[in-house]
Amino acid sequence: MTALLLRDIKLSVRAGGGALIGVLFFIAVVAVIPFGVGPDLNLLSRIGPAIVWIGALLSALLGLDRMFQNDREDGSLDLMLMQEHPLVLTVLIKCLAHWLGNGLPLVIASPLLGLFMNMNEVAIGATMLTLLVGTPALTFIGAVGAAVAVALPRGGLLVAIVVLPLAIPVLIFGVSAAYAAVEEPAPFLPPFLILVAITMFFAVLGPLGAALALRNAGD
Amino acid sequence: MSDSLAITKFSDLANPTRFLALVGKVVPWLAAITAILFAVGLYLAFTTEGDYQQGDTVRIMYVHVPSAWLAMMCYTVMAVSAIGTLVWRHPLADVSHKAAAPLGAAFTLLALVTGSLWGKPMWGTWWTWGDARLTSVFILFLMYLGLIALNRAIADPSRAARVSSVLILVGFVNIPIIKFSVEWWNTLHQKASVLRLDGPTIDPEFLRPLLVMAIAFTLLFFTLHFLAMRNEILRRRVTAQRRMAARMASRGDAA
Amino acid sequence: MKYAFYVYTSYGVATFVILCLIAWVWLDGRGRRKDLAELEASGFRRRSAQPTVESPAKGEGT
Repeated sequence: MTALLLRDIKLSVRAGGGALIGVLFFIAVVAVIPFGVGPDLNLLSRIGPAIVWIGALLSALLGLDRMFQNDREDGSLDLMLMQEHPLVLTVLIKCLAHWLGNGLPLVIASPLLGLFMNMNEVAIGATMLTLLVGTPALTFIGAVGAAVAVALPRGGLLVAIVVLPLAIPVLIFGVSAAYAAVEEPAPFLPPFLILVAITMFFAVLGPLGAALALRNAGD
Repeated sequence: MSDSLAITKFSDLANPTRFLALVGKVVPWLAAITAILFAVGLYLAFTTEGDYQQGDTVRIMYVHVPSAWLAMMCYTVMAVSAIGTLVWRHPLADVSHKAAAPLGAAFTLLALVTGSLWGKPMWGTWWTWGDARLTSVFILFLMYLGLIALNRAIADPSRAARVSSVLILVGFVNIPIIKFSVEWWNTLHQKASVLRLDGPTIDPEFLRPLLVMAIAFTLLFFTLHFLAMRNEILRRRVTAQRRMAARMASRGDAA
Repeated sequence: MKYAFYVYTSYGVATFVILCLIAWVWLDGRGRRKDLAELEASGFRRRSAQPTVESPAKGEGT
């Protein structure tokens, strides 16, 4: 299992892996926003957390279709289906590796983008914290979409369409927790704890669904 | 109903031929009852008094609420069929949730359109992101469209059915989450008055046409669903026979 | 009637959508039947459609 984890991380960080492209896409999306809404710093700082979150969501979607497709192409997916470990566990490990390779860089890049968006320190910290907690949920949800679309020739777009509606609660609570940290009357903890709960919930449901889909997509 | 048509065992439903015969028997009755109920419902809808607050726009409720109800019910039907596909490998369950998806999308669209036509005179806006109902129904609409896209993308019908069943079930779990979360979001951010569709106390005057219309819509859904399932079964037969024909033709050439 | 526009538009849209659904189901069904009839005419018939009625299910087309 650790070997699988390390192998997947290596694959994603290596050239041709999605990690770097994901971060670049994230930066590009967020950097485009000021051109669209104009260089009004007050406005930017107000919408900043939301923009960073949406950028993270989109770039998390970007790398998802490769999650199982590489394994399918080189045949290791069949090995995973056959081995004696429960498939759910394997999928969970793969999700973790995918998150470490693709999600964590987004979290690390987010403070920089926070500065771009003229957010204050508290807002940057809160956004980073919510991203840290929320992006695993995106990966887990995305695993279901990736597993569903694994055998499709142009699965990438389909994964995005299928996953986006499911990811909306994560977005809502991530953004509302980030805002609650800045705006005075609203408490930070309740939406943040719900975000944690959503992540944990999808940590169970995502691998289960993905394993089920992988088994059914095979034959 | 003749003896051979009686569904004696649950597994008998799995026989598509028997299902087709059943559809042929049941659908005319269902369609007739639906038509009668629609006539009665429409008559009631336009003869009852308008609400003193909402005026005549309350009549929109008689199409809006039933279609919103159908949007939810259709997803539930699909989720049950998805379980049927995954657990029992029931051939009709595959057909059922595939046939239901476009119907669900249509009724969800109807709920959204009539909702915004009701919202414009009452709330002064076509659409608001602050309301839990609106957003969650919109997400439901997106999920229907995603399922249709997925079903179209996979050529092998049996695999498409199994894979989309997984998605249907995962999405079903998400429905309450969406509802809760947006309500949460609402209380945090929406400073405007909380807009609710179930605001006016339902008076028997409104309840009667609403109930009739709701039953009419439900029966309409089942009529269309049965017919769409029949079409889907026929389509699969056609493809199966075309394939068989092609195979026989090529064998004939080889001989 | 006040707000008649909204009421009639919503009923109109509902009628239109429902008619579209009915038309889709109807036309689809007719098209498939025609396909089956064509296949039958060209000499292919279902194995279960042979004179002996109610042959065992063969899980058609799934």
